[in-house]
Amino acid sequence: MTDANMSKSGAVPVPRKSLLQPDARTKRRNSAEARFRAYGLAAVGIGVLALVMLLVSIVGTGSGAFKQTYLTIPVHLNEAKLDKKGDRELANLKKVTTIGYAGVLKTSLNDFLAQEGIEIDGLSDKDAGKIISKEAAATVRNAVLADPDLIGTTQDFTLLANGRIDGYYKGRVTMDSAELDGNVTPEQLMLADALKERGLLKTKFNWAFLIAPDASDQRPEAAGLGVAILGSIYMMLTVLILAPVIGVAASIYLEEFAPKNRWTDIIEVNISNLAAVPSIVFGILGLAIFINFAGMRASAPIVGGLVLTLMTLPTIIIATRAALKAVPPSIRDAGLGLGASKMQSVMHHVLPLAAPGILTGTIIGLAQALGETAPLLLIGMVAFVREYPAAWSPESGLFGEPSTALPVQVFNWTQRADPAFVERASGAIIVLLIFLVAMNAVAVMLRRRFERRW
Amino acid sequence: MSLALSFICVLVISVVGYFFGRLRIAATDGSVRRHSRAVYHGLNTALTAFVPATALFLAYMMVRQVALKSDGFTLPEGMDVGVPWVVLALSLAGAILALARISPEYRARNAAERWILVLLIFSASIAIFTTVGIVMSMLLETGNFFSQYSWKEFFFGVTWAPDFRGDSELGILPLLWGTLYISLIALVVAVPIGLFAAIYLSEYAGPKIRAVAKPLIEVLAGIPTIVYGLFALITVGPMLRDYFAQPMGLGESGSSVMTAGLVMGVMLIPFVSSLSDDIINAVPQAMRDGSLGLGATKSETIKQVVVPAALPGIVGAILLAASRAIGETMIVVLGAGAAAAQFKSGVGAVVNPFEAMTTITVKIVSQLTGDTDFAAPETLVAFALGLTLFVFTLGLNVLALYVVRKYREQYE
Repeated sequence: MTDANMSKSGAVPVPRKSLLQPDARTKRRNSAEARFRAYGLAAVGIGVLALVMLLVSIVGTGSGAFKQTYLTIPVHLNEAKLDKKGDRELANLKKVTTIGYAGVLKTSLNDFLAQEGIEIDGLSDKDAGKIISKEAAATVRNAVLADPDLIGTTQDFTLLANGRIDGYYKGRVTMDSAELDGNVTPEQLMLADALKERGLLKTKFNWAFLIAPDASDQRPEAAGLGVAILGSIYMMLTVLILAPVIGVAASIYLEEFAPKNRWTDIIEVNISNLAAVPSIVFGILGLAIFINFAGMRASAPIVGGLVLTLMTLPTIIIATRAALKAVPPSIRDAGLGLGASKMQSVMHHVLPLAAPGILTGTIIGLAQALGETAPLLLIGMVAFVREYPAAWSPESGLFGEPSTALPVQVFNWTQRADPAFVERASGAIIVLLIFLVAMNAVAVMLRRRFERRW
Repeated sequence: MSLALSFICVLVISVVGYFFGRLRIAATDGSVRRHSRAVYHGLNTALTAFVPATALFLAYMMVRQVALKSDGFTLPEGMDVGVPWVVLALSLAGAILALARISPEYRARNAAERWILVLLIFSASIAIFTTVGIVMSMLLETGNFFSQYSWKEFFFGVTWAPDFRGDSELGILPLLWGTLYISLIALVVAVPIGLFAAIYLSEYAGPKIRAVAKPLIEVLAGIPTIVYGLFALITVGPMLRDYFAQPMGLGESGSSVMTAGLVMGVMLIPFVSSLSDDIINAVPQAMRDGSLGLGATKSETIKQVVVPAALPGIVGAILLAASRAIGETMIVVLGAGAAAAQFKSGVGAVVNPFEAMTTITVKIVSQLTGDTDFAAPETLVAFALGLTLFVFTLGLNVLALYVVRKYREQYE
């Protein structure tokens, strides 16, 4: 049927097209448009939501690591137990192990409970003693060894509570779960509540988490990041000294001096490929070259620093070359025109003008290196280290003492059985993220402040 | 004299040489016009003392380590005593030679700059040394591995069962399957989300939304992978297990292909989106205007004009993302599990995304951490795995570069 027929019969209204009244096809196209737009918005939303979920989950589990439950009790340092000979000889005092001190702590706690009139039905003396962390004995022992005159006196000590008791105040352990848990009983939790009522059990900010070294599997409450932070600092110093120097020198050569030939082509392709090589491959390189071939020590921050330097070099070189490229040729030409050599015009004029860009790139490279884990696993930085590594020692040289690193410590803690370590791992990530945010903020600030556009 | 001491002496000679050079030019006849400033005379003396001696020192260190490690090749007796003295002599000779040449006419600036150029070239070559180091170290150990274990069984073996007491089955196929499966899931998550986010941010979003959302998504790229790994372990894994795997009867494990794949997908979103964003922005406005002028809606323009024009770049970005996914370690270590795919227990177990599965990178980590015996094939296999991984990612990167270069439209 044609339009002419329709108008003649007059029975069917003429379907007129109007801009104001969209027809079916336009409607379809418009809704397709709206849908497409919604998909885009949803994609952005999913991305942001993922970020929020990630942060909430990490901060939610990790914030507990910054608080710790401590118990303050008077400890009677029983001379008969701690110094049998009574001569305060340090060599003899050292023979009493932490097990001996744990006994002293248990007795002191039970005496104190009896004296305060705290009684919990069905709680044995032994179980009562277990609300104190195993680490506490070492704390008291160190205090006594530092000052042997304390023996025989009664001193107030602020000691770590057991990880489960700590977990009770952080919601990880409840009366119900304690029933099923072999490591804690509801009676112990009642005792903790009774002590808390009297103000003897307190939850305080956990400085030890940032300072103390790692602790063994049975005492999550004592585990800290001290060694890991120190190790990360040493590694970052190594990277900070080596990577920018080598990276900037390489970029200056490639950008300003290199002739266009096959050799420089190879270098360029190489650098862009190195930037995309998986980080674990750099770990294999470190293991094979630095440890197996050059005979450097496994777990040493210097090895980690060297590996991370090689890893961040491509990032720094790419950023530096971009910064050098952004400096207009007129600057170089002006220098050359005034009789400067090419090296002088680059070093005295181009490089200072490119400095903000170079610095930003370097900081971003450093931030990347700080969070890198996989290569460090291969060069042995997962080892359990309790000794603070010295920056220099005659036997192992600069940054040569075994240590761990922040991200590796996180990995290490995720491999432990006790759920309290999950909280520690998340706490360590919060520390790591704070460092990263600070570094990136500096980078952004530098860019805002000094970036120049020609 | 030890090597370390000789190197310290070289440093001292260089520093002292710098000042001597300056003093010497200052002592020359002031009425003659000097070609170079005093600082270049000093610098030239220092670098002439430093560069050749250091080069010799480094070269000898290398040769010494090679001799120490190989059986067939030993250094003659007394090298350790002799070489430090040679290094020292070279440094002194350089300093004296440079000092002797100082005169007002001497072109010290040109000489010093030549030395600086040498140092710059050396720095640029470190990238090459790194690559050579990577390839050499893996090739050597892989060679050792294949002398103990048949390469056919490695590349075509369907079982991964290392046993440090011997009789291991070290087939790469189960690991390769796990790697590719997890990467596939990651890409299925990341590519549509990343692409749509890029399209929205570059074509639809106003400046305000863009200013907030773009940095937020890019923050995802700056988060270390260990953080994603922990996220997979403590949040995503248990959630998937409780709400999907267990009700559907597909598995009891928190670590699974799905867990690792999803989290890795999130990690790759900013990677895909920022690369695609750049590429979409590079499509000239005139093409959009032409399409809109013919009556196409905005989404039709994007689908039929912008995306096809940007396609080579987008494909390149996807290939790069795939290379990232294959080489990613920490997320799979914490999220995917340690058990290799069991080809022998049927198709169901191998394709079930809620089953724990392991990847090449996970096995590199597990074979090389802890007490390792570098003579055992169970350790050496890690280098063969590493080489395979390196070749795979390198291939993807080169392919990505090739696709971008070959099919890129030039809009100038």
